[in-house]
Amino acid sequence: MTMTTKPRLMQGNEACVEGAIVAGMRFYAGYPITPSTEIAELAAEKLPKVGGKFIQMEDEIASMGAVIGASLAGLKAMTATSGPGFSLKQENIGFACIAEVPCVIVNVQRGGPSTGLPTLPAQGDVMQARWGTHGDHPIIVLSPSYVREVFDLTIRAFNLSEKYRIPCILLMDEVVGHLREKVELPDPTTLKIINRKKPDLSKIGHYNPYQDYDGDGIPPMVNFGDGIPYHVTGLIHDITGFPSTKPEVTEHLISRLMRKIYNNIDDIVEYEKFFTDDAETVIVSFGSTARSAIRAVKILRKEGQKVGLIRLKTIWPFPRKAIQELPSTTRNIIVAEMNFGQLREVVEAASRGRFDIIGLNKYNGELISPDEVIAKVREVHKNA
Amino acid sequence: MRKSLEKYYRIDKLPHIWCPGCGNGIVTGALVRAIDNLKLNKDKICIVSGIGCSSRAPGYLNFNTLHTTHGRALAFATGIKLARPELKVIVLTGDGDCAAIGGNHFIHACRRNIDITTIVFNNNIYGMTSGQYSPLTPLGAYATTAPYGNIDRNFDLCKLAEAAGATYVARGTVYHVPQLIKFIEKALQHKGFSVVEAVSTCPTYFGRKNKLASPVKMMEMLRDNSVTVKAAEKMSKEELTNKIVIGEFLDVNAPEYVEEYMKIIKRAQGEE
Ligand SMILES: Cc1ncc(C[n+]2csc(CCOP(=O)(O)OP(=O)(O)O)c2C)c(N)n1
Ligand code: SF4
Ligand SMILES: [Mg+2]
Repeated sequence: MTMTTKPRLMQGNEACVEGAIVAGMRFYAGYPITPSTEIAELAAEKLPKVGGKFIQMEDEIASMGAVIGASLAGLKAMTATSGPGFSLKQENIGFACIAEVPCVIVNVQRGGPSTGLPTLPAQGDVMQARWGTHGDHPIIVLSPSYVREVFDLTIRAFNLSEKYRIPCILLMDEVVGHLREKVELPDPTTLKIINRKKPDLSKIGHYNPYQDYDGDGIPPMVNFGDGIPYHVTGLIHDITGFPSTKPEVTEHLISRLMRKIYNNIDDIVEYEKFFTDDAETVIVSFGSTARSAIRAVKILRKEGQKVGLIRLKTIWPFPRKAIQELPSTTRNIIVAEMNFGQLREVVEAASRGRFDIIGLNKYNGELISPDEVIAKVREVHKNA
Repeated sequence: MRKSLEKYYRIDKLPHIWCPGCGNGIVTGALVRAIDNLKLNKDKICIVSGIGCSSRAPGYLNFNTLHTTHGRALAFATGIKLARPELKVIVLTGDGDCAAIGGNHFIHACRRNIDITTIVFNNNIYGMTSGQYSPLTPLGAYATTAPYGNIDRNFDLCKLAEAAGATYVARGTVYHVPQLIKFIEKALQHKGFSVVEAVSTCPTYFGRKNKLASPVKMMEMLRDNSVTVKAAEKMSKEELTNKIVIGEFLDVNAPEYVEEYMKIIKRAQGEE
C-alpha cells in the first residue's frame, strides 16, 4: 500500500480508488466511460497488488451483474461509470436493492441527457440516482466536494452499504473527479471499516437468509460458498428467500427495506452548515458547486450579508432535518446545482412553505462560479 | 425420483411451476444426475439463472442458487467465479435469456473461456411470456408474435459458441436423456467455458402453435428429427433443414480466464 501521511497531489478519481481499497474493495467490474475511466484504470493496476480482482466487462449491465455476483461470493465490490452507463446499470441496481447485496456504484456525472456533454461537468443525475431503477426502494447517495472527501466518502459508501446491505451510490461530478488537489490521507489503521454482519449460527439454528433476526431490519448475510446453501432472487421473496406473491409477504419485505434505512437516518445523513445560525439566506448545494458557494458565502459575510450554506454530503435519503432546523431568521433558500432544478423541488417539499426557494441553475456544461452565487444572493437580498 | 437424489432438491418447494409435459424437469434432472455421478461437493456448487420458465430451475435445487435478471446470469456468474474460483459455477438459461437479451454476455463469456458451465434450455420459444419467437425459433415456425410464420433467421447456438471461443460445446435433447447426462458431466469436468444446448419441449406454447400440442408429439418430433454429428457430416444442407444435430462439437483446451487472472495477481505482487 502506498499510503503515507505525506501530502500528495491526487485526482478525485484516484482518491476514490485509494479509499475503496482501504475500505476493503477486492473486486471491480466496469466499462470505460469519460469522466470515470481513471477509476477503472487505477483499479486494474492496484487491485491485483492486494490480491483483488479487476475485470473489464462487455458493458455496464454486465459490470453491475458481476459486481453483485462477486459481493454475494463475499468480496467488497465496486463499479464506476457516468451518465449513459449509469442508466444501463439501473435494472441490476434494483436487483441489489431487493436482494440486499452490498455494493458501491460510482457515477462521475457528465452533461446529459444521452451522450450529452461527455467531458463537461453536470449534476443532472440527482433524480436518476434516487429513482433510476423501477419500483419502491430506498437508496443511499453520497456526494463529495473535495478530493480528500472523495477518499472519505468512498470508504463511507462501502461502510454504509455493508452495514445496511444496500447499494450505495457515490455521486461525483466531472470537476471533483478530475480535480487535482494536495491531500493528506489518514493512516488506514485509524479508520473504521465496517463489514457485513454474519449470523450467529449457534443461536439461530436454521438460517433464513432474509429473516430480521436482530430487529434492525438488516438480515445477517452468509456468503455463497460458506457452506449454507440458500436462494437469492429478484422476485419478491419471503424470509426463506423464495418467491411469493402474497400481499403480506410483499408488504413485509418492502417495508423492511424502507425501515432499515429510514430508521437510521441520523447515521446515514451527513451535511455541513456554515454561518446558518443567523442567516437570512441559506444556500443549499453539494459536489463541486458547493465549493463556489463556500467562497461566495465567505466574501458576502465580509460585506456583512447574512448568508449561510448547507453543504450536503448525503443527498439521499435527503437530509430534511437540515432544512427544518434552520433558524427563524432564515427567509430564503437558494439551491445551487448544475441542473435544471432537481434538488430544488426536494428542498421545497422539505421546507413546507416556510421559505422562499430560489434556484441557481446551470446546465450548459459550465461550473457555477462564486460570482454567480454572489450575484444571486445580492439579487435576492435586493428584492427582499 | 431416486431416494439418493433427493438431497439435491428442495423437496419442500415442489410441486414445480412447470406445465405437464414440459422439458424443463428433464434437463434439471439430467443436471442433478450428472452432479451425482461426478460426486461433486454440493456446498461448492453455485447455480445461477436468468429469467424464464427454465430459469426457475435453481429454486428447486439445493445449492447456492441465484435467480438474476433477464439475460444477465452469465454476468453475475462471472463475478462469482472470479471472486471465488473454488466454486463450481453453473448457469441455467433459456433460449431467449441466453441468445436474445443475454447474447452479448454469452459471446463474451465464451470468448473469455471462463470456467463456467452453461446449460441452455432450448424450447425454441419464450415460454414464460406465453409463446413469442426467440432467436432460436426455427424459420417458418409459428409463435404469438409470428402469427404468419417466423421470418427471423435463427442462430445455431453451438456454432455461435464455438466461433465465440467456448472450449466445450455439445447439443443434446430431452428425448436422449442418458446422452444429455453424459454431455453435462463432460461439461462440468471441463476446464473453461462449456456449453450444453439441451433441446427441450414447450408443449404449451411452441407445441400448441405448431401442431405439436401433446408432450408425446413433441418427444416424437425430437426423436424423428435428431441426427448425430457423424450422420450430419454426410448430409446436404437441404437434408439438414429443420433437423437437430446432436452430439459433441468441440472439446479443446485453452487458457482459462480465472487461472490467467491469478497469474496477473502474482505478477502484480512481484512474485513472477
Ligand atoms: C428486461 C426484461 N425484459 C423482458 C422480460 C420479460 N420476459 C420474462 S421471461 C422472457 C423470455 C423467456 O424466454 P426463454 O429465455 O426462452 O425462457 P423460457 O421461459 O422459454 O424457459 C421475457 C421476455 C423481463 N423479465 N425482463
Ligand atoms: S410454458 Fe412451456 S416452457 Fe414454460 S413451463 Fe409451460 S411448457 Fe414449460
Ligand atoms: Mg425458451
